Amino acid sequence: MKRVLSGVAFTVALPIILIVLWWIFSTVSPSFFVPTPPELISTFFDTWFGPRLWNDVLPSIARFAVGVSIAIALGIVVGLLVGLNRDLRSFTEPVFEFFRALPPPVIIPVLLLLFGPSNTTKVVVIVLAAIWPVLLNTIEGVRAADPVQSDTSRSYGITGFARVRYQILPGAAPQILAGIRQALPIGLILMVISEMFGAFAGLGFSIIQFQRRFAIPEMWSGILVLGLLGYTVAVVFRAVERRILRWYYGLKELENG
Amino acid sequence: MAEPTTPLHTVSHGRTLPPEETLLSVRGLRKVYHTDGGDIEAVRDLTFDLGKNELTCLVGPSGSGKTTLLKCTAGLLAPTSGEVILDGKTVTGPPKKMAVVFQEYGRSLFPWLRVAANVELPLKHAGVDKAKRTALVEEALHNVGLDHVPQSYPWQLSGGMQQRVAIARAIAYQPEVLLMDEPFAAVDAQTRADLEDLVRKVRKELGISVLFVTHDIDESVYLGERVIMLSNSPTVVQEDLLVDLPEERDQLETRALPRFTELRHHVYEQIQLAKKGFRPDADPAQ
Repeated sequence: MKRVLSGVAFTVALPIILIVLWWIFSTVSPSFFVPTPPELISTFFDTWFGPRLWNDVLPSIARFAVGVSIAIALGIVVGLLVGLNRDLRSFTEPVFEFFRALPPPVIIPVLLLLFGPSNTTKVVVIVLAAIWPVLLNTIEGVRAADPVQSDTSRSYGITGFARVRYQILPGAAPQILAGIRQALPIGLILMVISEMFGAFAGLGFSIIQFQRRFAIPEMWSGILVLGLLGYTVAVVFRAVERRILRWYYGLKELENG
Repeated sequence: MAEPTTPLHTVSHGRTLPPEETLLSVRGLRKVYHTDGGDIEAVRDLTFDLGKNELTCLVGPSGSGKTTLLKCTAGLLAPTSGEVILDGKTVTGPPKKMAVVFQEYGRSLFPWLRVAANVELPLKHAGVDKAKRTALVEEALHNVGLDHVPQSYPWQLSGGMQQRVAIARAIAYQPEVLLMDEPFAAVDAQTRADLEDLVRKVRKELGISVLFVTHDIDESVYLGERVIMLSNSPTVVQEDLLVDLPEERDQLETRALPRFTELRHHVYEQIQLAKKGFRPDADPAQ
């Protein structure tokens, strides 16, 4: 019990220290650009728990969820196909590396021309940015399939789709999930950025709007919303990953003694 | 060493059997690997039969193409020429009536599946119904002495126990032939003795034919009813020896028999010859 308490204390200590410092500084030398913590909290509730929740926050989250889901599904499917086929791999890999090296925001102007300031543009931007880590990690994970495992599958007649399901996919899961872990923050970043160009609603749009109208506490509260959103996504992902990769972490723990 | 008390039953080529006694035939098997550095002939010409309900050991110096031969036999590798025939049918891919136990148990078992699930997977894929599957898995785990760990992950077990899981998976599949590729090379000596006895027990109880590849001369004589010695690469059969030891084998008793020593001595000599490059197919002109 004592250990649990000290563990909790250790985890929350730094955030508390930072908030206290911020509180002291913003009270001692007030600035127009930095609200005090109570100000920010009350603005946070006033700003976001009203029509904005429906008009800006949830649509943003929905676009993020749809974009990232498509990126993950597409990344895994294409990654499996490419990873399992050596010819396809050498055929596509240079192109993949090139697209991955492109900074994703540069495609926003192109997509705006193609699809206009629509949901499609924003979702496609998220997909095109978040797919690369999933795709490339899946290819790598599939390519690294253990030859003894593959011989085992084959000797028991487990081939084709069954082999993908029972051997390849679970074997590549640690790599794939590492790719998804990278893809989530990228998706979040692109969700915000896609709303800063040619958009009329959304979290990113709101923050820019507040900044232009000098609504400083509101702007900060928007940043807080994004921070909380990113943190929630990370926590949920970690729980899912721990569950899927329980065998993997157990194995690693054993290997590292 | 004195001359053997009784003559050895040995021939300098692989034995072939009448069709009604034969389960597995290897005929003129040849395997050439094409690499960037040129062709490598791993196996030149192998012909032998595995009888029904027989445990035959294949022993050869390291690098003698043992694994290549086993993979060709298992249908995992296509031979360059020659053929493998199981129950009268040419093997072109892994046959349903065959199971393979690999040396690398840690990589052959799927680490994301628990022990019982590992054993069950091939049956599940083969479409065996749930009740029968459960029964087969339980029975197989019981046969290898692992009733108590179905819900463990394989990597939580010792090496010897992991190899038992792999053997359980193989016998639950109900094969007619069990191919074992140096299965005990990576376990400690005591575990190894236990596993050897396990293989003999399982084979006797289930009536499976076993082709057991090893580099260990003692092991080949102790386990086998027949020992096929391989030459160095490119591989041919150096000699085919019948092991006329009593059917009941015991780690202490059997290994102390004078006949065991004679057989072991003979196999050892042959393997030494093979290492030095002696080949039964050598051209006398060379």
